[in-house]
Amino acid sequence: MRYLPKSPADREAMLKTIGVRSIDDLFAPIPAEYRLNRDLKVPRQMAESEIVDWFRERSRENGDGHATFLGAGAYSHYRPVIIDTLISRGEFLTAYTPYQAEISQGTLQSIFEFQTMICELTGMEVANASMYDGSTAAAEAVMMAVRLTGRRAVAVARSVHPEYREVLSTYAFHQGMPLATLPFSDDGRIDLKALDESITTDTACVLIQSPNFFGNLEDVNALAEMAHRKGAMLVMAIAEAVSLGIVEPPRAADIIAMEAQSFGVPLGFGGPYCGVIATREQFVRQMPGRLVGQTTDRSGKRGFVLTLATREQHIRREKATSNICTNQALVALMVNIFMNVYGKVGLKELARQNLAKATYAAQQFSKHARVLFPGSPRFNEFVVETSEDPYAINSRLLGHKIVGGLPLKKFYPELGNAALWCCTELTTRSSIDTAVGLVAESERSVKTSKEEAAEEVTR
Amino acid sequence: MSQKHMTRKATRHVNQNEGLIFEKSSPGKAAFRLPPLDVPEVDTAALLGSSERKDLGNLPEVSEIEIIHHFTRMSTWNYAIDLGMYPLGSCTMKYNPRVNEVVSRLDGIANAHPYQPEKISQGALRIIKTLSECLIEITGMDAITLQPAAGAHGEFTGLLMVRAYHDSKGAPRKKVLIPDSAHGTNPATAAMVGYAVENLKSNASGMVDIAALEAQMNEDVAALMLTNPNTLGVFEQEIHKIADILHAKGGLLYMDGANMNALVGKVRPGDFGVDVMHLNLHKTFSTPHGGGGPGSGPVAIRKTLEPFLPSPVLISKSDGTLGFDYNRPQSVGRVRSFYGNFGMFVRALAYILANGPDGLRQTTEDAVLNANYIRKGLEGTYDLPYASASMHEVVFSDKVQAKKGARTMDIAKRLIDYGFHPYTTAFPLIVPGALMIEPTESESKEELDLFLEAMKSIAEEVEEDADVVRTAPHSTRVARLDETAAARKPILRWKPSV
Repeated sequence: MRYLPKSPADREAMLKTIGVRSIDDLFAPIPAEYRLNRDLKVPRQMAESEIVDWFRERSRENGDGHATFLGAGAYSHYRPVIIDTLISRGEFLTAYTPYQAEISQGTLQSIFEFQTMICELTGMEVANASMYDGSTAAAEAVMMAVRLTGRRAVAVARSVHPEYREVLSTYAFHQGMPLATLPFSDDGRIDLKALDESITTDTACVLIQSPNFFGNLEDVNALAEMAHRKGAMLVMAIAEAVSLGIVEPPRAADIIAMEAQSFGVPLGFGGPYCGVIATREQFVRQMPGRLVGQTTDRSGKRGFVLTLATREQHIRREKATSNICTNQALVALMVNIFMNVYGKVGLKELARQNLAKATYAAQQFSKHARVLFPGSPRFNEFVVETSEDPYAINSRLLGHKIVGGLPLKKFYPELGNAALWCCTELTTRSSIDTAVGLVAESERSVKTSKEEAAEEVTR
Repeated sequence: MSQKHMTRKATRHVNQNEGLIFEKSSPGKAAFRLPPLDVPEVDTAALLGSSERKDLGNLPEVSEIEIIHHFTRMSTWNYAIDLGMYPLGSCTMKYNPRVNEVVSRLDGIANAHPYQPEKISQGALRIIKTLSECLIEITGMDAITLQPAAGAHGEFTGLLMVRAYHDSKGAPRKKVLIPDSAHGTNPATAAMVGYAVENLKSNASGMVDIAALEAQMNEDVAALMLTNPNTLGVFEQEIHKIADILHAKGGLLYMDGANMNALVGKVRPGDFGVDVMHLNLHKTFSTPHGGGGPGSGPVAIRKTLEPFLPSPVLISKSDGTLGFDYNRPQSVGRVRSFYGNFGMFVRALAYILANGPDGLRQTTEDAVLNANYIRKGLEGTYDLPYASASMHEVVFSDKVQAKKGARTMDIAKRLIDYGFHPYTTAFPLIVPGALMIEPTESESKEELDLFLEAMKSIAEEVEEDADVVRTAPHSTRVARLDETAAARKPILRWKPSV
């Protein structure tokens, strides 16, 4: 086996040193009746070239080379090449958790920089070293609010990503936390009146997302004010991190649960991604996940260590803030490098391009179909309602190697033939025009067949 | 460091200093260029109104070469498996094959959107199916979910299914038994699922005390969470009795599969009575851990638990294609968005394909061989608190050295000077002053011999001049960072000096 650095002679010599006759002697503690006396039924050992071929074949079966209008919590942005160059360095790629600070300063300093940049972006005072993803970060942020307020109930906006809400209900169910769902109004945003009515003296927090699942920006200040007035916290999820380049950060929120996938992390069929929680300094001791802090060594030199570990499971066991151990450090490193490449100026320009593409696309679509939820600002996603089933339109678009918007029926049956479209800096005008052309054609043919049917009736 | 004890493994060399990236930033520098916009420019103020962001604070402005310097320099301050032995017991760092990285970056794999139509996702679904089948075969279980994002997340998912199982029988239970040698994630997870935690003490051999288990087992106990081999590296020889005791009273046996790398190809948990278990793909199946993650924590289960799997579940459709089934009325729900850490599935499968059945078995045998070689080499020099046979790791204590004032952490820090990553210190909790050593199969005999030489040399140093050890490391950029100060007045982010 090519990964194993031993010759048969080495093995013999080692067995001899240990003082056993054969390797099976070392497995003697396993009761004989349970030992596996056959080969595992897994594929035979493959050469490296065969492995590459096998996965190339899978890659070809997998939409290789398609343009996409899908967003909905996973965004197609350009990944600067130096991200992979740098994360492929063995010292980053093959290091474990930085428990031994003396020989982990590279990882520790880069996490400290990551935490700083997340704070700068979100307007919060502290950020952790990462969480699994945006959905679990949102669930953990809500549980953090429950601990901080000593209240049990949670109000969740229906305009939060449906899968984030599903994850939250899984986490909340066994904690006995009552969840109330808040409807959205005609502008796609939280119905403020319904929100006001749903917050009670037992409401720990309101969970919102902005830009929300439909791409609309929520009125964060108004929502925070409403929550705070009744002693509840505002927890905000951010699924599209690029929006922060051009949208005011949610300074009025208490806890931010962010998905940073947009910052240089491959779509990768849904993961690994990079969740992160950011909050105010006063709440840090209830925050889950690892934290890196600055300190000095014995000669007074600046250095970094994992800190506030008394929140964590390896110290506190069943009293910990969370059971989280592994985080997404390598993915956070991708995010970190991405933020360096674009920086203060580039992130803004990048966000502007996203906004411009989506604005152009929404305008074009609105000439032929209904763009829902007008009247509130949007970032790079918008909802288009067609007369025809969007699945049918999408399947024609696939013929042009374009993946159309996400049909919303599955998550929001009341939205009928609506689909969520996303444009990023990678979306070309020509693919927008192709998609709009097909939607226009679909609307024309629906209209024609309706007219024909109407004529039929009059005759 | 005295010449006599200079290590053969490592030599000190110069590495670069590097400040924080914010300290290099200055206006006008940039590492990006966007293509010209092919749609009309927009008036952001008109579109966003008061939501428009004017300023991005202290995000850096630097050039591309500065970013390369910055991260490359910092990388040289890390120890890594690529540099040498990483005997961090329980955490297990084996070689991360590079072909895994190549195949995970193929266009159709890296750029697949999780919501793209199933028709053009058959490659990804085939990867999920093939890996699932391999893991089911390796564990001897009946079904699996790959959705959990890490081991602890897998524990959470597994216990949710345990809970749903008992609830479905109309008899919810209150507590989970956890041995005193367990990972901290076990009790933390039980608490998250709403169970009370009851401690189960180990016997004199470091194994589950059967009499204690019998006494503590009753109809209130939902499950026992057992790591096997346990955190002492010892196989629970009475595993069948343990399973029987639980099953007799309607409880389930949860296996923490953190140490599955000691069993693959030799014995299957499904064959010795386990009902539910998680795997850590970064441990047993070589996916990179990159300074703390990502992980992936598949949960394998017995058929009786199948209705409770997280939604969605991968299925073969009548037309022969693969798809997801979202209609799972008894499901515990979703534990993560999309389908889990797919990129880790790709790497784990590439590893399994590279090994085949013979390679997987040889890998396990070499891991156990290496641990026993270390045990033999250090017995007599370091105290071995439990004489039970070792599988993939061995746990010593600092009893002998502590008398001279050198504790496990001191010995660990001194190992750094010898060119090694330390072992795990002070865990498991049942061994005071533990040195938990796990070499993995990835180390050659030469490397193991260097490690033994270093450990023996350190023991000699303790005898001759314990201060050298107590004040180690002596060769690193920084040494003995002040963790107390870090926790007392936390500085968790950089701020511009005013």
